[in-house]
Amino acid sequence: MITKNSVEDVAVKLLYLAVTELPQDVKKALQQACREEESEAGKTQLKAILDNMELAEKTRTPMCQDTGVIIFYVKAGGQVKGLDKIEKALRNATVRATKEVPLRPNAVDPFTQKNTGDNTGRFIPFINWEIVPGDTLEITVMPKGGGSENVCALGMLSPGIGVNGLKKFVVDTVINAGAKPCPPNILGVAVGGGADIAMKLAKAALLRPLDQPNPDPNLAKLEKELYEAANSTGIGPMGLGGKFTVLGVKVDYAHRHPASYPVAVAVQCWAARRASARIYPDGKIEYLTHKVV
Amino acid sequence: MAIYKLKTPISEEKVRKLRVNDVIYVTGIMITARDAAHRRALEFHKEGKALPVNLQGLAVFHCGPIVKKDDDKWMVVAAGPTTSTRMDLFEDEFIKNFKVRVVIGKGGMGKKTTNAMKKYGAVYGAFTGGAAVLAAKAIKKVRSVEWYDLGMPEAMWVLEVEDFGPLTVAIDAHGNNLFEDVQKKVEEERLKIYQKLGA
Repeated sequence: MITKNSVEDVAVKLLYLAVTELPQDVKKALQQACREEESEAGKTQLKAILDNMELAEKTRTPMCQDTGVIIFYVKAGGQVKGLDKIEKALRNATVRATKEVPLRPNAVDPFTQKNTGDNTGRFIPFINWEIVPGDTLEITVMPKGGGSENVCALGMLSPGIGVNGLKKFVVDTVINAGAKPCPPNILGVAVGGGADIAMKLAKAALLRPLDQPNPDPNLAKLEKELYEAANSTGIGPMGLGGKFTVLGVKVDYAHRHPASYPVAVAVQCWAARRASARIYPDGKIEYLTHKVV
Repeated sequence: MAIYKLKTPISEEKVRKLRVNDVIYVTGIMITARDAAHRRALEFHKEGKALPVNLQGLAVFHCGPIVKKDDDKWMVVAAGPTTSTRMDLFEDEFIKNFKVRVVIGKGGMGKKTTNAMKKYGAVYGAFTGGAAVLAAKAIKKVRSVEWYDLGMPEAMWVLEVEDFGPLTVAIDAHGNNLFEDVQKKVEEERLKIYQKLGA
């Protein structure tokens, strides 16, 4: 049985795993960048990132002081019972994790500037719902840091310029961001739909592991092209110069209005934190991004 | 590139030996200061009041740490750097008046600060953004907390550190600024990248 309690416990665990240990694909990409980086300053920064990552794992402390705004992605099987209890469970989990892990309280009222102190507030944690066939419940958490969030960009481009405009917009976003989003970054890029749809898809694209190229060969080619373009800027790790400004680019799209060409770029910092688990109807829990002993 | 281990108080002579791209580790006394502590320190100076700590030869860290109190003893839990450009407003006067020798943060600083570093002898050490655990590990002891009324992140934390780093010297005392060099090169690349993409 999938119960409110089991969902809450799993979500607390996912929050803990996400902030203390990077998923394998991100770890590997950072290690590879450190091996291949040619700029001295860039290499020093990447080494520090790897040392920090290992220490965080060993001491079970958050790898970055900014433990982000909490975003959940829930893939709920249509046959799962008690879906109306899940939101409450995820909010409870967020409050608990804030105390137990601990997480930095990052939910501030935009009018009174008051911090709620427990990472919950209006629409926060934010939950992205997807109803899928089946009887399992898949929960992903993405704690999203503020430094990289501040350089996310949306362009409502001219359809006449098309995909070339998209490419230029991505390069401009990377250059304008410079050192600010703690590079090397991961870029989620999405085009089409509408302003909100493009940004939502761009952010969700960040969840696809770095070692998984786009299943659409044309988009896989575009991802590679954008990856090479971003890295030829020379911004490098922490903006100190070098080959690795991004670790990967993930592209997604929706069909668009004939008059619109929305392009969204979601920027993720090197601390690209995410954790997922699947809960089965018999209560079995499978962790998808982390080894859990 | 060379690696240097510096002990506070750091002399002007030592700091002038450093060049951009060098890597430094700081041992001794480091204080944290963000916008509010910078502003207050300069106000104190204007009014002729002494600061709670003599900053000459010390390192100042742009950081709002998470600190917890266990049995009356402060412990730094996480201490990643904050964006330094916000302190460009104050840093030239800060360096001039208090003779700090190493300014630590992320993202680099501007012309005004670079000029002050050249004139009075100081460097900017870039610490890896987000590397909060690495920073906390090098902080051995909280010696005191001053101006706690500014709040935990904005207060001035006086810390004993051991081999705090690695810090990449990104602005040296000779007017070189690595971040500006990188930005210049990036701008030169921009058009080439557009062309290659057909954009």
